[in-house]
Amino acid sequence: MGITERLIEDVGIRRGVSRLTPEKIEKIVNAVLKGETGARLKTYAETCMRCGLCAEACHFALSHPDDPSYTPAGKVHQTMSVLLDKKGRVDPDFVYGMAQLAYTECNLCRRCVHLCPIGIDTAYIMSTVRRICHKLGVTPQYMQDTAHSHASTFNQMWVKDDEWTDSLIWQEDEAREEFPGLRIPLDKEGSDIYYSVIAPEPKFRTQLIYQAAAIMHMAGVDWTMPASTGWDNSDMCMFSGDFEMMGRLKRQHFESAQKLKVKRIVMGECGHAFRSVYDTGNRWLGWRHHPVPVIHAVEFYWELIQEGRIKLAKKFPGPVTIQDPCNIVRGRGLQEKLREVTRFLVDGDIIEMHPNREHNFCCAAGGGVINCGPPFKNVRVDGNTVKAEQLRATGVKTVITPCHNCHGGLHDIIHHHKLGMDLKFLSDIIYECMEKPEA
Amino acid sequence: MNAAYEFVTGPLAWFAWGIFILGAAWRLYSMYQLAKKKDASSWAFMDLGFSLRSIVNWLIPFNALGWRKSPVMTVATFAFHICLILVPVFLVAHVVLWTEFFGISYATLPDSVADAMTLVVLAACLIFAGRRLTQKEVAYITTGKDWLALVIVTLPFLTGFLAYHQIFDYQVMIIAHIVAGEIMLAAIPFTRLSHMVFAAFTRAYMGSEFGGVRHARDW
Repeated sequence: MGITERLIEDVGIRRGVSRLTPEKIEKIVNAVLKGETGARLKTYAETCMRCGLCAEACHFALSHPDDPSYTPAGKVHQTMSVLLDKKGRVDPDFVYGMAQLAYTECNLCRRCVHLCPIGIDTAYIMSTVRRICHKLGVTPQYMQDTAHSHASTFNQMWVKDDEWTDSLIWQEDEAREEFPGLRIPLDKEGSDIYYSVIAPEPKFRTQLIYQAAAIMHMAGVDWTMPASTGWDNSDMCMFSGDFEMMGRLKRQHFESAQKLKVKRIVMGECGHAFRSVYDTGNRWLGWRHHPVPVIHAVEFYWELIQEGRIKLAKKFPGPVTIQDPCNIVRGRGLQEKLREVTRFLVDGDIIEMHPNREHNFCCAAGGGVINCGPPFKNVRVDGNTVKAEQLRATGVKTVITPCHNCHGGLHDIIHHHKLGMDLKFLSDIIYECMEKPEA
Repeated sequence: MNAAYEFVTGPLAWFAWGIFILGAAWRLYSMYQLAKKKDASSWAFMDLGFSLRSIVNWLIPFNALGWRKSPVMTVATFAFHICLILVPVFLVAHVVLWTEFFGISYATLPDSVADAMTLVVLAACLIFAGRRLTQKEVAYITTGKDWLALVIVTLPFLTGFLAYHQIFDYQVMIIAHIVAGEIMLAAIPFTRLSHMVFAAFTRAYMGSEFGGVRHARDW
C-alpha cells in the first residue's frame, strides 16, 4: 500500500531523479526546511494527532475507500513526515514517489481543512514537498513545460507576443460582424477594467475572449487588454514549486496593470490563476494587499447584473447544477454570488450537488494535476469517482463551471463515466442569452 | 513508602510542574519567535476576530463538517477532553492537596461524578486505541509517538481509578498515580500532547486565513 506500488513512468520525474545523489537530496531538503519553513510546518508536523478524520475530506481517499495511503494525513505520512524524521536522508527512488504523490495525488484544494479539528493545512505541506521537488529538479514533464513557457514568455502556452495581439485582433474582427462597433481595446490607459486571462484562452479557447468582448461591449464597460506580457494571469510555477518565477509572473501582471493606470483587474473564469493573484503570488512578493484591486469574473458579472448592465433576450433552460471551484469558493467565498448570477441567467432550478459551496469536492484537475499531462490522466479520473457520483445524482444535463481546471477535470470525468452532461462557463451562457444588436 | 510519597508529592511534583509550565512557556515563546522570523507572510494575516470565530465554531459539537462526518469520534473526543480537564482540576482529593500545600480551596466534583468521568476518559482511550488498531485510515498513519501520547494520558486515570477503588496495593497505586500524572504534565510540551499548547494557534491561524483572505468559513 502506498505510492511505491502505483508508480507511473514520467520522463521529467525520471530524468530528475537520475541526476540525484543522497548527498544532494539531503542538502536541498534541509536548505528548504531550514530556509523556507518555520513555525507552521513545525506545529503541523508535531501536533497532527493522526486521528484520521481528514480521510473523509479527500476525493482521492473517498474514491479509493480501501486504500488509506490516499488520505491527506496518509500523503503527509509518506512524504513530509519521512523527510522530517530522516532529516532529508532519503534515496533518489524515494524522491520519485514523493514527487508523483505531491504533484498528482493532491489538488491543494484545502477541503481537508474543514475536517481537521486543529486546522492543519495539508495543502501547504504538499506545496512545500513540491517546492523541495522543484529545487531537486524533479518535476513532471508536462507541468515543467508550462513552467518553462512561463519563464521564457511570461505565459503558460508558449504564445508569442505577436500571436497574442493577433488573436485579440482576430477575435475583435470576428466579433464586429455580430456586434458592429465592438473593440478589444489594447493598452488603453486609465480604463476602468483591465481584463486578464489564462494562456489557454488565446491558445485553444479563443471563443472565450470573443464572448468576454461581447459582454464588455454590450454592458458598455470601459475596458482594456494589455498588448504585451502580463496578460496571462495563470501560474503553473506556483504549483511546480518555482516560487521565484511565480513572483516574477505576478509582478509582471500587476505592473502591466499599473502601467496602464487601470482602476481594477478583472480575471477570467479561472480558479488557480485567481489563487495565485489574491493569495500566493502577492505573499511571495511581500505584498499584504494587492497594488491593484482584483476581482474574479463571477464577481464582475454579479456586479454588472446588479447594475442592470446585462440584459437578457432569453433565459438559459434549466435545470442546472453548479461546480463550486475550490479557488474561488473555498478560496474566496464567491459561492452565493455564483448562485445569484446563475439564478439570473437560468430558467429552472439549480439542483445542488452534495456537498456543495465551501464543502464541495474538488474536480481533481486543479492544483496543477491536470497540467501533469496524459501520463497521470487516470490518476485524477479514477481518483474522483465521488465527483462522478455527485454529478450523476443531480440528474441534470448542464454543469455551470466557472473555472478552466474544473472544466478540464469534469470533462474527463463526465466522458469516462458516460454522464452525458454539458459544461458551461458563465460567459458561455451570458453570451448565448444576452440581447444582441440584431436580435 | 512515606518517604516515596513525600518525594513524589514534593520535589518531583515541583519538577514536573516546572517542566510543564516553563516548558510550555518556552515552546510558545520560541514558536512565536520562529513564526515572526520565518512565517511573516502568514503572520501578517493573523486576526483576532476570525481566530475566535473559527475556535468557537470548532468548540461546538457537530457544528464543523469534521465533527459531523465522524460522530463516534466526535462524542468520544469531546467527552474525553472535557473530563480530562475537569476531573484532575476539581477532584476532591486533588483540591485537598492544594489546600494542604498552599491553603487554596475551591469547588469540587462529587466523587461519584468524578469516578464516572474517569471511566469516560478510560472508555475514550479505549476507543482511540481501537481506532488505531482497527480503522485502516488511522492505523496507516499511527506512529510510536501516537501510542506514547495515548499511554501517557491513560495511565494517570487508570491508576487513579484503581487507587480510589483500592484495587491492588493502595500505597503503591497512589504513588504510581502521582508519578503517572507528573509524567503527563512534563510530557505535554514535548510530545504529541503539545497540541494542548499549540492547537488554539493552528486553529486561529486557519480561521484568520479563511476569514481574512479567503472570505470563507473553515468549519
